[in-house]
Amino acid sequence: MSATDVLALSARAAADAIEAGSLAPRELFDAYRERAAADVSAGEDGLNCFTWVAPEPPTDDAPAPLAGVPLAVKDLFCTAGIPSQAGSRILAGYLPPYTASAVSRLTEAGATLMAKTNQDEFAMGSSNENSAFGAVRNPWDRERVPGGSSGGSAAAVAAGLAPWALGTDTGGSVRQPAALCGIVGLKPTYGAVSRYGMIAFASSLDQAGPLTRDVADAALMLRHMVGRDPCDATSLEFPEAIELPSAERLDGIRLGVPQELTGEGIEAGVLDSFGATLALAQELGAEIQPVHLPHAPHALSAYYVLAPAECSSNLARYDGVRYGYRAPDPKDLLDMYTRTRHDGFGAEVKRRIMLGTYALSAGYYDAYYGRAQRVRTKIAEDFRTAFAAVDFIVTPTAPTVAFRLGEKTAEPLAMYLNDYCTVPMSLAGIPAISIPGGLSEGLPVGFQMAGPAFSENRLLDAAHALEGAIGFDGAATRA
Amino acid sequence: MIGRDEVLHVALLARLAVGEEELEPMARELSAVLDHIAKMGELDLSDVPPTSHVVELTGALRPDEPRPSLPRETVLAQAPAVSDGGFLVPSPQA
Repeated sequence: MSATDVLALSARAAADAIEAGSLAPRELFDAYRERAAADVSAGEDGLNCFTWVAPEPPTDDAPAPLAGVPLAVKDLFCTAGIPSQAGSRILAGYLPPYTASAVSRLTEAGATLMAKTNQDEFAMGSSNENSAFGAVRNPWDRERVPGGSSGGSAAAVAAGLAPWALGTDTGGSVRQPAALCGIVGLKPTYGAVSRYGMIAFASSLDQAGPLTRDVADAALMLRHMVGRDPCDATSLEFPEAIELPSAERLDGIRLGVPQELTGEGIEAGVLDSFGATLALAQELGAEIQPVHLPHAPHALSAYYVLAPAECSSNLARYDGVRYGYRAPDPKDLLDMYTRTRHDGFGAEVKRRIMLGTYALSAGYYDAYYGRAQRVRTKIAEDFRTAFAAVDFIVTPTAPTVAFRLGEKTAEPLAMYLNDYCTVPMSLAGIPAISIPGGLSEGLPVGFQMAGPAFSENRLLDAAHALEGAIGFDGAATRA
Repeated sequence: MIGRDEVLHVALLARLAVGEEELEPMARELSAVLDHIAKMGELDLSDVPPTSHVVELTGALRPDEPRPSLPRETVLAQAPAVSDGGFLVPSPQA
């Protein structure tokens, strides 16, 4: 098979070709590894997707369902003996002694670890500009951001530097970069995938998810990740096997459009694309109806209390004692802690630690954290009510197309507004997928569909039907 | 509006050093975000229970069976400083 033919295959098609004997796992791995390594060598001229690329191909080609399909993994997943730095200076060079369960499940199913991907530091960001290893560029326009925090994973898949990639989503960190890069991103139901070995940001929200070229690849990756893990007490047995999607119609499917997430604050071009996708869904037989998520406008506020609060607790472990960076010449223990954390963390991480510590501090707990937890209850209730009337809720994934590098770095609040449409689902713990809906000003627009907890099979099926009708072509950025 | 003393107090709680030139920007940025968050105050949430975890979990505990932990040298291998098989840190009161 020619290299061009190999790169044209989806992950699922590549696994099928390997099983059929028409493609050697080594050939597939080398084709991608060369492209990934070239991106690293290109330095400033590359996309800066990777923090590590496998120096050599794996030796084990044992037959397995994923048949040696190369996998790119977000930096914050622990991988034994391979740098796992969460995009942070404080973990620069950190070599974990064990591998995250989500990664080991995929490699046990036959996927081969090919690269670690760049990300916003500790998954805090919506543009991948908060990485200690430099910003990632968007393959659709190198002067624009790929989204974040799984920006390296999204850009790598969009640019054909990896067939698929693993990311994490806390408030939109899989879906939003997938949208901005014109690929598919799925945030599973909270608890569906083990968090063991994922460097923690906000534990009640963090969830691993696939970034892929198409919906079938997302289903295939998810199939091999889900399930209860004794090492994560919040993980759950998925109630059914994840099926590969096959639907081509949406007859009888009710899609709910929440006015709270489809009006003010969403760019006109994004709304046009959203409307066009709704029209396609209708042609496929779907019924479109308005729904209300009355508390959704408060989701961002609740999220920016809860996530920083959890982060301030989770990131207390970076103290220069057991691993990672330690500030030189400390005069005493407190000086070591405070200077290590000052020098080791980037500006956004420090901002969130401060915000979270403030929200949890004496006198403010009820006004911020307690209140945010109650808003979270109302948001989950809103979704339950809406799902009594519709099968899925649909919104644009992000309020804008990919923005310019540096455009929003000066105003944290402007950056946080990127998560406006994705955060409500995160707070409710429900699954949501972003698929490419089309282009606005030559840049991809994401279409988000969310369903009730554990509705992944139905959600993937509906997304697959819609994907077929949209016929989005991402081949240009993979050239 | 958060003042510089409050920033310093929270920074100490968070074990973060803050440079003199960082105080004012940090106070301003935190205040802007807190102003936005304050919109939650418009909601009447008096009878609403808090949610800390969205998925119902029962029987999450595994059997308490002893199993090997990581070898000591593996754990110490990533430490900035070690001594006598333990992590070495500066004295709390130099």
